[in-house]
Amino acid sequence: MTAMKEIAVVAFSQSDCLARAGAANEVELIMPQLRAVFGQVGLNNAQDVDFVCSGSCDYLQGAAFAFVAGVDALGAVPPIKESHVEMDAAWALYESILKIRMDQAESALIYGFAKASAGELPTVLSQQLDPYYLAPLWVDSVSLAAMQARLLIEKGLATEQAMAGVVARARKHAMVNPHAQVSGEVSIETLLAADTVVSPLRESDCAPVADGAAAMIICTVDKAREWGVPYAVISGIDHRIETHNLGMRDLTDSPSTRQAAAGAGVGRGAVEVAELCAPFSHQEIILTRALGLGDDTVINPSGGVMAGNLMMASGLARIGEVFRRIVSGDISRGVAHATSGPCLQHNLVAVLESA
Amino acid sequence: MSEDTEAVTRIETPVYLQYNFTAGRAPARFLERIRQGVLTGQRCPRCANVYIPPRGSCPACGVPTEEEVVLPDKATVQSFTVVAIPIPNNPIKPPFVIANLVLDGANISFIHLMSECENSEVHIGQRVQAVWKPEAEWTYAMDNIRYFKPIDEPDVPVDRIGRLPIGGWEDEQ
Ligand SMILES: [Zn+2]
Repeated sequence: MTAMKEIAVVAFSQSDCLARAGAANEVELIMPQLRAVFGQVGLNNAQDVDFVCSGSCDYLQGAAFAFVAGVDALGAVPPIKESHVEMDAAWALYESILKIRMDQAESALIYGFAKASAGELPTVLSQQLDPYYLAPLWVDSVSLAAMQARLLIEKGLATEQAMAGVVARARKHAMVNPHAQVSGEVSIETLLAADTVVSPLRESDCAPVADGAAAMIICTVDKAREWGVPYAVISGIDHRIETHNLGMRDLTDSPSTRQAAAGAGVGRGAVEVAELCAPFSHQEIILTRALGLGDDTVINPSGGVMAGNLMMASGLARIGEVFRRIVSGDISRGVAHATSGPCLQHNLVAVLESA
Repeated sequence: MSEDTEAVTRIETPVYLQYNFTAGRAPARFLERIRQGVLTGQRCPRCANVYIPPRGSCPACGVPTEEEVVLPDKATVQSFTVVAIPIPNNPIKPPFVIANLVLDGANISFIHLMSECENSEVHIGQRVQAVWKPEAEWTYAMDNIRYFKPIDEPDVPVDRIGRLPIGGWEDEQ
């Protein structure tokens, strides 16, 4: 077996996390991020990369084929090679990596976007559940996460105190994140003084949902050298999914994350930073354990999605955050995680290293 | 499956979701202006194409279109069809004409109705003009224009359709 082609991340940009992006449509949300990543590499438009892949979900906007409108942001004349995943753009990154490894491209543009504020997100997400039993019950994403948190507490694997601790640390970290929607110093006592919204979850345990977009450019290491730009290498990436049947899963654990981490080679070196996509505070506790992270790892230095959950782009943004820290020289190795589905059903883990 | 189990061939699980849809900054600007009876497109800073209704970007170049261009209500037929059958929930009685029209000064077409014409005589390159509803009925909608009707101007050759100046076809000749 020949060695797999190394993948370099050369550019990343994300929008501010906004609770409501106002009048902007998806094209208007995407374009500034595309401009930013093209600018970082010195490219003109999507004609200058070999492949384009986006991640979004039409259910969030409530418009069929809404993702096709995003192509208006690209400059697709003459025609380009383009693909889409109805998922977080971290999976669009995964598809792009496969495309490069199959020798069908040397470079790729990835972007994710959403205007989640158009609908009632927890209710909209109920429609991703099994269509015969669960979707007709309209079980919303917050209620499912609350059941997961309850199990975790009852098993003695988390406390409301520890969950509030996750939130307090995330908000503190987010103070240096210019795109954060929520940040600041807050005490665990203050957080615990609030009532629960869906017990045992308080509003602060749920990541603030945001409208916006993020974009990334990846390429072969040879191409990155040709472009003459700083880059970080994706030394491993893997994703695993668990059954859609929630009753069959151990919701207090994340075996799919553990397997993806093994596949991506997380344990092959020190993890200086881990950016985890945990839309609920207790899920960070589950993920930290599944990834085997210890005290020597800084978790979510950006504040993670507790600083703002850019729907369909938050997973890609986690990878972007690790990339930024590597090219700035702050760290030499980090882990990024993306999730999809109810209660951490589907998980992607990537390891990034300095060149 | 046991003999006495009836096959379930169908269940009904209706989905109702409510959305607060936003058209976008550029389309919203178009709608604001058409409420005042003005047709407003946007020009690409790179290739100079004018789009109406605008979406905020030039899909060919992938750049934002910020310059607004006020366009006249004269247009050219780029393509058309005569609808002979009733369309469910469409209040318009057949036969009627749906046409792809390009406004003077614009580079892409939009779809609208044609009327006050002999359906059998509608043709590509035909010159038409908007027939507006009374001003009191104007709202944020494309149907402030009731339909387009033929006008007495020479036909536009196929290779000139979508390339006329804002001044129109007579200006050009
Ligand atoms: Zn253009």
